[in-house]
Amino acid sequence: MTRQALSAEQIAVILQKNGPKSIHDVRTEVWAEGLKKTTVASIWLRTTPADLVATLETVIDIDYPHLAVVSGVDTGDAVELLYHMQVFYGIRGAEVNITIAVPVPKKNLVVPTISHLIPGAVYTEREKQEMLGVTVAGIPDPRGLFLPADFPEGVYPWRKDETGITEDMVNHLWASGRPGDRPAPPVKPKEKKVRKPKEPATENAASKETIPAESPASEPAPAPAPDAPDIADVPEPEVNTNGE
Amino acid sequence: MANKPVYNIPIGPIHPAFKEPILFTFDIQGEQIKGVDFAPGKTHRAIEWMGMRRNPVQIAHLCDRICGICGVSHTLAFSRAIEQIAEIEVPERAHYVRSIIAEFERIQSHLLWAGVAAHELGFDTLFHLAWRVREEAMDVIEYLTGNRVNYGIVQVGGVRRDFTEDQFPRIEQALQTYEGLVNKLVTLFLEDTTIKLRSMNCGVLSERDALELCTVGPTARASGLALDVRSDAPYAAYGDIEVKPVLPDVYSDGIHGDVYDRIVVRLFEVVESIRIVRELMDQMPVGPVLWETKYAKILATCKKAEGEAIGRVEAPRGECFHYVRMNRSEAPEAWKVKASTYSNQMSWLNILQGEQIADIPIIVASIDPCMSCTDRVSVIRDGRQDVMTGEALHRLSVEKTRRLQE
Repeated sequence: MTRQALSAEQIAVILQKNGPKSIHDVRTEVWAEGLKKTTVASIWLRTTPADLVATLETVIDIDYPHLAVVSGVDTGDAVELLYHMQVFYGIRGAEVNITIAVPVPKKNLVVPTISHLIPGAVYTEREKQEMLGVTVAGIPDPRGLFLPADFPEGVYPWRKDETGITEDMVNHLWASGRPGDRPAPPVKPKEKKVRKPKEPATENAASKETIPAESPASEPAPAPAPDAPDIADVPEPEVNTNGE
Repeated sequence: MANKPVYNIPIGPIHPAFKEPILFTFDIQGEQIKGVDFAPGKTHRAIEWMGMRRNPVQIAHLCDRICGICGVSHTLAFSRAIEQIAEIEVPERAHYVRSIIAEFERIQSHLLWAGVAAHELGFDTLFHLAWRVREEAMDVIEYLTGNRVNYGIVQVGGVRRDFTEDQFPRIEQALQTYEGLVNKLVTLFLEDTTIKLRSMNCGVLSERDALELCTVGPTARASGLALDVRSDAPYAAYGDIEVKPVLPDVYSDGIHGDVYDRIVVRLFEVVESIRIVRELMDQMPVGPVLWETKYAKILATCKKAEGEAIGRVEAPRGECFHYVRMNRSEAPEAWKVKASTYSNQMSWLNILQGEQIADIPIIVASIDPCMSCTDRVSVIRDGRQDVMTGEALHRLSVEKTRRLQE
């Protein structure tokens, strides 16, 4: 197997030249770690569901990719699927990550399968169908994957709209079996903010992030996680879900 | 043979050889597997859903609990993704601490697997030996992090504990112990006639199939696919040293992609890990191990972050992949965790095809789906359901070994 590695910039140019016209927002990023700051490059691009297969074919022409996974995000009126893959693996320092983002409008949640090109993709496509309610057209195995057989239909755990997980489906295990007759522990009242005069940045001068003094987080921190539920607000559990 | 009826046999959902409870359904004709199907998700914990309701500092500790064996890989992959989004610069020494503990994790995981593989083949003395020598790595991990599992050492922006110079002799002692054991383990596992008979040409996965089915880690490498995140996309301190993907031809003649090759790859990766840890200790720079000690500042930085990134780590079983998108809020807008077994499971359909019932345990185990102990199998025959215990399955496997030895 003789494969001639290409740089991320070269790959990005080829994708835009040979790929479908709908490819847009192409950006290349590098990240480096360690003493030698060895760089690793990633290409991010966006396309439409109709051009997904054509885009993937362009990638396959460059190098047969190793598909890592397909992830998905509910972005409001669309579900964005992200196809993460790598090309030029096995050649030291040459690997490039490619992520093809495909926004699928919620009005028509259909995306073509890529399993005829990458057979292993069926697994992750099955997960996207059940977790996000996307229909993968042409999928050879449409069954669910992770959700139990008696999971309600029309509920998609990763969705953030009305089809997502509703509050009554959530088991608050931390609350089950909690005695309900105890007085709520006293909660320390929050100290009033005292705005400090702005100090010249000293200790954190090296870090590039500087926090404006107004930012609530520059306050000396409520040490427990800020979103820890206030015990007084806990609804008394009616049913002990532990089955005791 | 051709006239024999095909029986449908489910194995699972709770079965000891699997990382998570999983249901296998086999179509069996005589002793031969004609069809395979599997259904994961028997104890889906909705960790991604939980994560999308928590902040990155909390998620780091949730990540520790995704897997009991890959205690570093998931947290490291997640932290790396967050660090890229928020442009957090991790101190150099922390990269070394992260890599050293990740290599010890690999040693203990591969030895755990070796023991289970021996057990599945009915070679229990070897199983006990492998698990006993694994303890050395567990002891070092406990010595360095305070915990045997769920180390809780990696956090966003660095690591929570430093490895100091006075701890190095203990690490070195463990490395020497393993160096002294390598030849013995190689002889016991790879020169044993019975293991060879049971594992050679068994559960074969071709290089093309390994790629098309998206396999990762030792499973892919045993088929000749030189995938290794440590050398392909160096992270932490792996860019500073030479890491070469271990392929089975370091020991066997050529690459066959069978169970035997998967044993070869894992054993020689232990050897490779010893060398890596030693080089890392030699080169370790001095300095802090945390970008920021105040959680409030880490949280504030994460909360302001906007963007998306991928964190990839070579876990003992293969690529561990985290995708995170932050959108100027406390919790991530999206978080996708892809564990190594997620990628490797599809290969089962391929490698179990045409094999024998007695080989199911070792072939299923050969991709290292994380092992516990055996459970039971329901056998449906003439409409009646019998329960075949784990012991019975194991006995079948042992009997096959005995027959071969005669």
